[in-house]
Amino acid sequence: MKKPAVLDIDAILDDRGTRIIVCCGAGGVGKTTTAAALGLRAAERGRCAVVLTVDPARRLAQSMGLTELDNTPRLVSSPDGGGQLYAMMLDMKRTFDEIIEAHADPERARQILSNPFYQSLSSSFSGTQEYMAMEKLGQLRRSDEWDLIIVDTPPSRSALDFLDAPERLGRFLDGRFIRLLTAPAKAGGRSAFRLLNAGFGLMAGAMTKLLGAQVIKDLQTFVSALDAVFGGFRQRAEATYRLLQAPGTAFLVVAAPERDALREASYFVERLAEERMPLAGLVVNRVHTSPASALSAARSAAAAEDLESRGEHELTAAVLRLHAGRMQLAARESREQEHFVSAHPTVPVVQVRAMSEDVHDLAGLRRIGDLLAAA
Amino acid sequence: MDSPDTDWADVRLHVVTGKGGTGKTTVAAALALALASGGRKVLLVEVEGRQGIAQIFDLPPLPYEERKVAVAPSGGDVYALAIDPEEAMLEYMEMFYGMRRAGRALTKMGVVDFATTVAPGFRDVLVTGKTTEAVRRRGRNGRRVYDAVVLDAPPTGRITRFLNVTKEVAGLAKVGPIKNHSDLVSGVVKSPETAVHFVTVLEEMPVQETLDGIDELRAAGLPAGGIFINMVRESLLPQAALDSAVKGRLDVGELTLGLKAAGVIDGAQATSMAEALAEEIAEHARRTELENTERESLAEADLTTYELPLLADGVDLAGLYELAESMRTQGAA
Repeated sequence: MKKPAVLDIDAILDDRGTRIIVCCGAGGVGKTTTAAALGLRAAERGRCAVVLTVDPARRLAQSMGLTELDNTPRLVSSPDGGGQLYAMMLDMKRTFDEIIEAHADPERARQILSNPFYQSLSSSFSGTQEYMAMEKLGQLRRSDEWDLIIVDTPPSRSALDFLDAPERLGRFLDGRFIRLLTAPAKAGGRSAFRLLNAGFGLMAGAMTKLLGAQVIKDLQTFVSALDAVFGGFRQRAEATYRLLQAPGTAFLVVAAPERDALREASYFVERLAEERMPLAGLVVNRVHTSPASALSAARSAAAAEDLESRGEHELTAAVLRLHAGRMQLAARESREQEHFVSAHPTVPVVQVRAMSEDVHDLAGLRRIGDLLAAA
Repeated sequence: MDSPDTDWADVRLHVVTGKGGTGKTTVAAALALALASGGRKVLLVEVEGRQGIAQIFDLPPLPYEERKVAVAPSGGDVYALAIDPEEAMLEYMEMFYGMRRAGRALTKMGVVDFATTVAPGFRDVLVTGKTTEAVRRRGRNGRRVYDAVVLDAPPTGRITRFLNVTKEVAGLAKVGPIKNHSDLVSGVVKSPETAVHFVTVLEEMPVQETLDGIDELRAAGLPAGGIFINMVRESLLPQAALDSAVKGRLDVGELTLGLKAAGVIDGAQATSMAEALAEEIAEHARRTELENTERESLAEADLTTYELPLLADGVDLAGLYELAESMRTQGAA
């Protein structure tokens, strides 16, 4: 197998032209930890970095010794050398509320904020988180207070939701249904469905039957109230999307050496290419290695069996069994990675070996950073 | 068929949740196999559009249709269904209102897309609605069509919201068909016929998320089931050896002799190999110690726990059957 190019993390962090790093990948592969470790390393190399995490598990907070992250970046560390690390956790409802308050007059804002559909939309997980992450990323970038923003993408159903957010929002706003619902407000408050032809009439009946009249009314109020606000939001989301395509952005796909995670990583790599997003490389977390890798799984297992059959050296036999298992796992993991590499031979890769303990503090994050850059 | 003597004999809807990366779909699939064994009929449902079931059973993507995907040990069938909210909505409208055409119009207009974007609660009602319909469905003989339904549900962080449909929809629809539908769903989900199982691995964050998830579930009055501890590594070393390994005091001399006796390696190299192995075992011992701490934390939830082995070769079809067998032995099914 051809060896993949090695992903040079420090070159990315040291390049002042790198303004945004996006960590993406399947859930449970250590994205948040990777993002935090990159942030700390960047700060310790003189960058003024902010880590934006969207993870409700508040893991980043734990590993950075903060009791709680809120919607504003908090200073985590100011290492010698002029760099700084900030971190923030996205509060999607608050981000959403702030947009409404900033872009609608007080009366309209009040209407929106108290609408049941708004409350559902702004506190639900699917979709909103991605829109708001994009919005926050755009805000942070425009503020220009940090020279490096590291984003940990939401643990969404599909790792691609983050990229799809602006387009989905656009589709959402341009949909005929939305225009239908907003039509009466524009036409002076006439009944929602009066303007409609027979096909629409059929639909209107179905809608009312399915949802009930009150729901339709709430929906209409909501949509017309949001209409003005959303327009601006969409423009900003599109601007953020273009920002992600710009050369100052580096996408890091994060995976674990397992089939599902690497399959998702593959999918992501292809998708980034399609969208012309700049991919920096793949981080494979939790790779199992052995200090005694000279002894293969097969030989180790055979030796264990030999000792067991003779009833000698019980301790050694057990150790050899454990080692055989470890080597077997390592072999499987490298097979899974080989699949990825043969499909994407040009993608630089860095591996981070599995640690026996979770990261609890900055020292732990620093160790991960060292491993990321050690390759 | 009589209820078998297992921990969840009265449960018909098994909801399986877990943090990403813990093997939730694998456990759901294995549980379906285990529940089906001995001539029963089980439906395995997925709701997140990932086609995880098809991948696990090595099949082409599943359509929105219940089809047989596996035969359980000693007879029994596992059917699978990948629920698509849009299809579920069309079916729902046809079933309850005879409005297939109107449904198509709604889809074309992007109403479903809209509804699920603006109010994911609607989406959840549609998929849980379809799932509970399968639980309640009876054949011509009046008996339930499925002995059990296993739902590969959204992850731990979202599970209570997902199942607590009545509450999620209440703010949106106080009366009307959606409300009635969600009440029906709620009736099944909150009954003793349902159990929500958590899948975790013995690591700090997944365990913490599991405990938080269980608290949240209980606070919402939803029925917590069992905890499946997945990917458990066999500990082959006696406790005394683990203790000394943690302290870095594993008997390297004895290990060297053992390696020589086994003919693995000889001479001076045996010592350095023994030292390398001792280092590896020290790490193993530290991890085992941490795993035990996590096990103790899980015990606080006071739920039945099952331990499933780590499959060294990864999850393939044979591995699924192995996990199912392990569940049966432990009384989970």
